[in-house]
Amino acid sequence: MISVKKLIKKFGSAVAVNGISFDVQEGENLILLGTSGCGKTTTLRMINRLIEPDEGTVYINGADIRDSEPEILRRGIGYVLQNHGLFPHYTVAENIAIVPRLLKWNKEEIRKRADELFGKLNLDPSLAGQYPAALSGGQQQRVGLARSLMVNPPVLLMDEPFGALDNVTRTAIRKEFGQLDELVKKTIVMVTHDVQEAFEMGDRICLMDKGEIRQIGTPAELLFNPANEFVSTFFEEQRLQLELKSVVMSDLFPDAENSNTVTVWDEMNQLLHPENHTGQLRATAAVQADLKTLMSAFAAYKKK
Amino acid sequence: MDQTQSFWQFVEQQSPKLWSQTWAHIGLTMISLIIAILVAVPIGILIARRKKIAGVVLGFAGVLQTIPSIALLGVLIPFLGIGPKPAILALFLYALLPVIRNTYTGITQVNPAVIDAARGMGMDNWQILTRVELPLAFPVLMAGIRTATVINVGVATLAAYIAAGGLGEFIFGGIALNNSNMILAGAIPAALLAIVLDFLLSLVQKINLKSMRLTYIILPFIFLSLSSFYLLPTQIGGRMLGGFTPEFMGREDGYLGLKRVYQLGIETVVISDAVMYKAAYEHKLDVISGYSTDGRLKAFDLVTLKDDRHIFPPYYAAPVVRQDVLLKHPELEVILNQLSGFINDSTMTALNYKVDELKQSPEKVAMDFMVANQLFKPARKTTAGTIRIGSKIFGEQYILAQMYKILIRGNSDLGVETKSGLGGTKICFDALTNNQIDFYPEYTGTGFLVLLQPDRKTMERLNGDTQGVYDYVSREFNQQYKLKWLKPIGFNNTYALMMRREQAQSLHIETITDLTKHLNQN
Repeated sequence: MISVKKLIKKFGSAVAVNGISFDVQEGENLILLGTSGCGKTTTLRMINRLIEPDEGTVYINGADIRDSEPEILRRGIGYVLQNHGLFPHYTVAENIAIVPRLLKWNKEEIRKRADELFGKLNLDPSLAGQYPAALSGGQQQRVGLARSLMVNPPVLLMDEPFGALDNVTRTAIRKEFGQLDELVKKTIVMVTHDVQEAFEMGDRICLMDKGEIRQIGTPAELLFNPANEFVSTFFEEQRLQLELKSVVMSDLFPDAENSNTVTVWDEMNQLLHPENHTGQLRATAAVQADLKTLMSAFAAYKKK
Repeated sequence: MDQTQSFWQFVEQQSPKLWSQTWAHIGLTMISLIIAILVAVPIGILIARRKKIAGVVLGFAGVLQTIPSIALLGVLIPFLGIGPKPAILALFLYALLPVIRNTYTGITQVNPAVIDAARGMGMDNWQILTRVELPLAFPVLMAGIRTATVINVGVATLAAYIAAGGLGEFIFGGIALNNSNMILAGAIPAALLAIVLDFLLSLVQKINLKSMRLTYIILPFIFLSLSSFYLLPTQIGGRMLGGFTPEFMGREDGYLGLKRVYQLGIETVVISDAVMYKAAYEHKLDVISGYSTDGRLKAFDLVTLKDDRHIFPPYYAAPVVRQDVLLKHPELEVILNQLSGFINDSTMTALNYKVDELKQSPEKVAMDFMVANQLFKPARKTTAGTIRIGSKIFGEQYILAQMYKILIRGNSDLGVETKSGLGGTKICFDALTNNQIDFYPEYTGTGFLVLLQPDRKTMERLNGDTQGVYDYVSREFNQQYKLKWLKPIGFNNTYALMMRREQAQSLHIETITDLTKHLNQN
């Protein structure tokens, strides 16, 4: 879907991005992960031509993005920013109608699509007439997402979309967004510096440092098969938690009927806090036994 | 004269004039403001894009702002003449800085994340400017426009100095005539105008603009600016144009008398004395009101028209001396009277010309004159005390003071101290009565009208009577202040109508009656 070939970008004498190449499959979530200044945002902005690369090419659906006018290109790519970037002088309804209006949709189409997204994103319809300043941070971020989804673009670029939110809101919204059907089908490139976020939302992670890719792969690949010293030390602090999050139950029990979407982390959570999930309390001894089985299976998996 | 008249009576009586001045004032303010907005907003946008040139542009506009307004008007006259054009240009220049600066500030303070989002969603530069940047900068931009408006309403009063009309005509006329009703009749509407325009713009400022639709903005603009031109005083047709000072316009022994006695029907504009002579020289004006001994008369080759029906009171200069000084130094009277008869109007004009236009020192001009007329004697030793000579703060008085100094030093043993540059009439006169000076040259008309302020009857009786006025002031000063008027020197520095020499000659105009006849024929 998106193919990035040998991008190089310099700002003055400083090299921000130095020969980055990757492919993103249709429907895939690729996370650009790294500390600040590693070139991840620059890379993202070169995909919708907010920054023009010095060298290299980006293809979307096989077409060189330089073949279309930057404005036309951007109208077809969803863009979500850290500070939501809502127009303060536009109401919520007007804000989310910006791109459809640029594409000359009629009012009825805009209203129908807006209603649909309001429902999916749990936004109260009464917010439509409000100005962004009257909204909470979480609501602003939902509106920002709704705005980028209005014209249903196949590709979505997200630049630290949860960066401005507090921890609790961030976790909740992240979970919610993760389950949103609108997002599941999309090809997404997302920039973050938050390792947990990368592991939760990414199909693959592109770990960057000093303008170069250190490793690109699934979360499990990065954890269990680090390509180099940088990659292994990068995850050191949160290793156990990340491992539990990146291994799914079907990895441990291949014949179990459990789906391959439940991670070990999820399973442990369910065992320890069943009230959050099924509401059925089980005897402590049984829980202990299940946990023990789970842990030994996990240990065995890691040894492989 | 009409001090007893109340403010409201004045306003009622002058209401047609007041309205036309107010409209002209609004016209000048609005036209200059609109042009300034049309120029300054794009400049502000440009420097918000190119921050490197922002400092230079803002600095330059700031320098324009610091030029004193009257000086700016003066600088513009050689290029644009007099009338609304230079006034509008000056007002335009003053309005630039606040509008440029606030456009720049307004645009640069827009949250970059919002611009980034706009660009990321596929807006082009024009859409970003008109739908995001300008609407968000609008309140700040409007604040700049409001500042510029208030400044312009104030500065536009000065337009009256260069024949551009406006409420300044009343304000400066009132100041010159010491008529507070007239001052207020100009100042109050000007202040109200500033408040009202500012209030209206504050309403505009509160509008939440989603986008700057250019048609919505520019059409009313164009309409307003075009309509504003109708508010300006109608410009000179093919006929003759008179330019009179605000003071002259309001005086019975000025324009009012010209209308009443001569039935002079000439188109007039109000203009400052500082630019009037030059404007006449440059054919911008045909008839001006000046002083009959002004050096500029010679500099710009103008001639005075004879006041054949005597509406201008005689202003013959003569030394006014304290009587106690004459008692102490009886020889002084004879010495001072020696100058009498030597200087007529044209002689005085030529002397003033040397000082005011050729920039010679009054000492040299006085000395040359005294030598040429055999009035000079070498200074004697001073043994008998000191005489203090006062003079008002203009060239003619400096010259006279120097001449008297030469006479006293050459003909007596008295020392001389000159206290020149004593502000105006009142200051000189007070210095004399308070024994701070011993004598100064005064004009009969000034003594009559300004210092004695006789009742209307006396004024009408003595109107145009040279000897009568001199006798009257001599008697009254003697009785009231113990001051003595010596013999008049000979010249009459009074109001006069002036024209360019060649024009007056080609039209055969020598008197004001000739002028009236000429105007009536055409």
